[in-house]
Amino acid sequence: MFVPTLEHYLLVAAMIFSVGVFGVLFRKNAITLFMCIELMLNAVNLTFIAFSKYRTDLDGHIFAFFVMAVAAAEAAVGLALIIHIFRHYRGVNVDDVTELKF
Amino acid sequence: MYINDFNTLGLIVLIPLLGGIINGIFGSKLSKPWVNFIGISAVGLSFALAISAVRTLYQTEADGLTYVAYKWIYSGSMGVDISFMLDHLSAVMVLVVTGVGFLIHIYSAGYMDGDPGEWKFFSYLNLFIFAMLMLILGKNMIVTFIGWEGVGACSYLLIGFWFTDDEKAKAGQKAFIVNRIGDFAFLLGLFLLFWETGTFDYIEINRMAIEAGPAQALHGVATAAVLLIFIGATGKSAQIPLYTWLPDAMAGPTPVSALIHAATMVTSGIYLLSRLNHVVTLAPEAMGVIAIVGALTAFFAATIAIVQTDIKGVLAYSTVSQLGYMFIAIGVGSFTGAVFHLMTHAFFKACLFLGSGSVIHAMGGEQEITKMGGLKKYMPITHITFGVSTLAISGFPFLAGFFSKDLILWGALSNTHVFSIVGVENKINYLINMVATPIQSGASLPTEGWVPIAFIIAFALGLITAGMTAFYMFRLYFMTFWGDFRGGEKLRSHLHESPLSMTIPLMVLAVLALVGGFGGFPHFMVHWAGDAQWMLGFEHWLAPVFESTHTYRIVNRFGAHAATQEMIGTGISVALGLLGIGSAYYAYIVNPNVPRQLKQRFATVHRTLISKYKVDEFYDFVFVGGTILVGKISYIFDQYILDTSVNFIGRFFESIGRVLRNLQSGNVQRYATYIILAIVLCLIAIGSVNV
Repeated sequence: MFVPTLEHYLLVAAMIFSVGVFGVLFRKNAITLFMCIELMLNAVNLTFIAFSKYRTDLDGHIFAFFVMAVAAAEAAVGLALIIHIFRHYRGVNVDDVTELKF
Repeated sequence: MYINDFNTLGLIVLIPLLGGIINGIFGSKLSKPWVNFIGISAVGLSFALAISAVRTLYQTEADGLTYVAYKWIYSGSMGVDISFMLDHLSAVMVLVVTGVGFLIHIYSAGYMDGDPGEWKFFSYLNLFIFAMLMLILGKNMIVTFIGWEGVGACSYLLIGFWFTDDEKAKAGQKAFIVNRIGDFAFLLGLFLLFWETGTFDYIEINRMAIEAGPAQALHGVATAAVLLIFIGATGKSAQIPLYTWLPDAMAGPTPVSALIHAATMVTSGIYLLSRLNHVVTLAPEAMGVIAIVGALTAFFAATIAIVQTDIKGVLAYSTVSQLGYMFIAIGVGSFTGAVFHLMTHAFFKACLFLGSGSVIHAMGGEQEITKMGGLKKYMPITHITFGVSTLAISGFPFLAGFFSKDLILWGALSNTHVFSIVGVENKINYLINMVATPIQSGASLPTEGWVPIAFIIAFALGLITAGMTAFYMFRLYFMTFWGDFRGGEKLRSHLHESPLSMTIPLMVLAVLALVGGFGGFPHFMVHWAGDAQWMLGFEHWLAPVFESTHTYRIVNRFGAHAATQEMIGTGISVALGLLGIGSAYYAYIVNPNVPRQLKQRFATVHRTLISKYKVDEFYDFVFVGGTILVGKISYIFDQYILDTSVNFIGRFFESIGRVLRNLQSGNVQRYATYIILAIVLCLIAIGSVNV
């Protein structure tokens, strides 16, 4: 029977995290960017829970709560920003938002 | 033996300074009589105190009176005080400066009457006297240098007194700048002397020079130092090559020309070299140079004076010429002759200049002698005093100029320097023998080198110049005072004699020009008068300063036949002088066509002379033009080379920046990419460290 060990959980979380990083760096749509950020946060959450389970204490769970709260707040602020960007640029392509340069 | 703490000396120097400051600060608000009073009495007081100081010197038979006014610089082994000394030499100088200065101040009250800047004039004159007294009474070379620079500055202020006229302002600048060139050489000589002797004090330096004897090392330094100081003297005393400022300096008011450029400032160089006479006589080559330069200057300036038509121009070149005589005297070692001629020249030249000022005033400002003539009817006092002084400068027998000029010419003919003697193994032994045994009759000393020849050339040029001096001075006199008035009716009605404030100084100076020479008779005349010692009074008075030079370094080559040679020499120079007077009389009174005919026949010569040998144009082209050329080259260098390299460096860094700023693209994703890359690299680096 297949029993998942800590390494399996960590690996899955790392893979999800990488996918999220790749999305953040190379996707052009702002909404997609946010979803990838959520992906990264979730991967981190998974890591915490995995550690918590295998250390048989609750520290990871508590931290995961914090992460989820922060993620929610950040999503709210970020979506507000995206709405303003949409109103200015008539689209949500992040390549348009490059005015802070030389 | 020296008397110290003689504080009258301090008063003598400082009272004119006080007068100058008071007139300078308050003069514009004071009334004219007060301005005149402060200015004149400051110098008058100095003169009175000087007389009393000299009397003390005479009565106590001291070698000198000294006074330390201020303990000044003490640095390491060098110590310099502001200290003054009145010895026999500076006594002569101080009396001449304050005495003639006093007369000229009185004259200025009349001459500058009505000029809006009269208070400034008296202030500057007083400051000048102060600086000149610092120069003369200084006990060390530094105090003399302070005075040296001070008289240069006051000369600039006074020459350019009417500075609203561009030409006059430029003349003032020219005087100061040419002086400065000489001052640079003076400083070098001063430093050289200090380096060798370790002191600036005259008494110390002379003592070391006396003890040095024919020692080779000090000879080399002495020659260099004397030559450098001489160059400084050529600047101050208007010799070749730094004389060009003096004719231009006639742009200043006439009292200035009389005081500064006849009697006092221009004599500074001669005074300085006389002060250092023991150092000078250590360097026969330098003396030869001085004699030649002096002789050439005397001759050269006299040739220019012959064709000058400005009354002050003739006197200016005459001054340059007479100063040349004084340098001949120094060059041949006749320091007594130099100082004697300095004194008599002060008398008759100041009288001539003041007289010319009187004439210029009467002519309403006109200075060309071609417009003058017959003035003796209208200005009798000026005429007589001018005539007396003209006779004096021409060396007419028994007037002041005769005695002093003959002393110089006799020195040029008969002096020779002991170091030039050949074939003497031990020169010190020779010197001892010199003192013990009088020179054998008929034996002329064997001499070698070019220096004795230089002395003879100086004598010959001096003789010819004496004839020319008589000629051009009498030309001036005849054209100004005799004949018919050539200036037109309107000017004739304006002609008048000058007020007493101007004529009294003229009379005093004329009397001095008459009798001022009676302390320096030639030795052969003294023998005729049964060796009356008063006739040699001047020489005796200066003996403490100059005697050891005369005894140990400068000797007379004629021995017992000296009297005959002296008589012949005097006779020739008097004959030449009378010839000059006679020629002038013929050419300007008897047959007035002669000048015009000569001008036509010798047109090229005349053109050369009247253009003053184009020396000013030459200096302008070479030195002024050279400096401007250096400026232009520097400008090009600065613009094309320096600017280019600096700009290149600027552009280089700018281009680096232009490349680097592309990192800031504004694209947040790219920034995030950089961060991630950096983290990955760090992790690899950390991970690869062996724990």
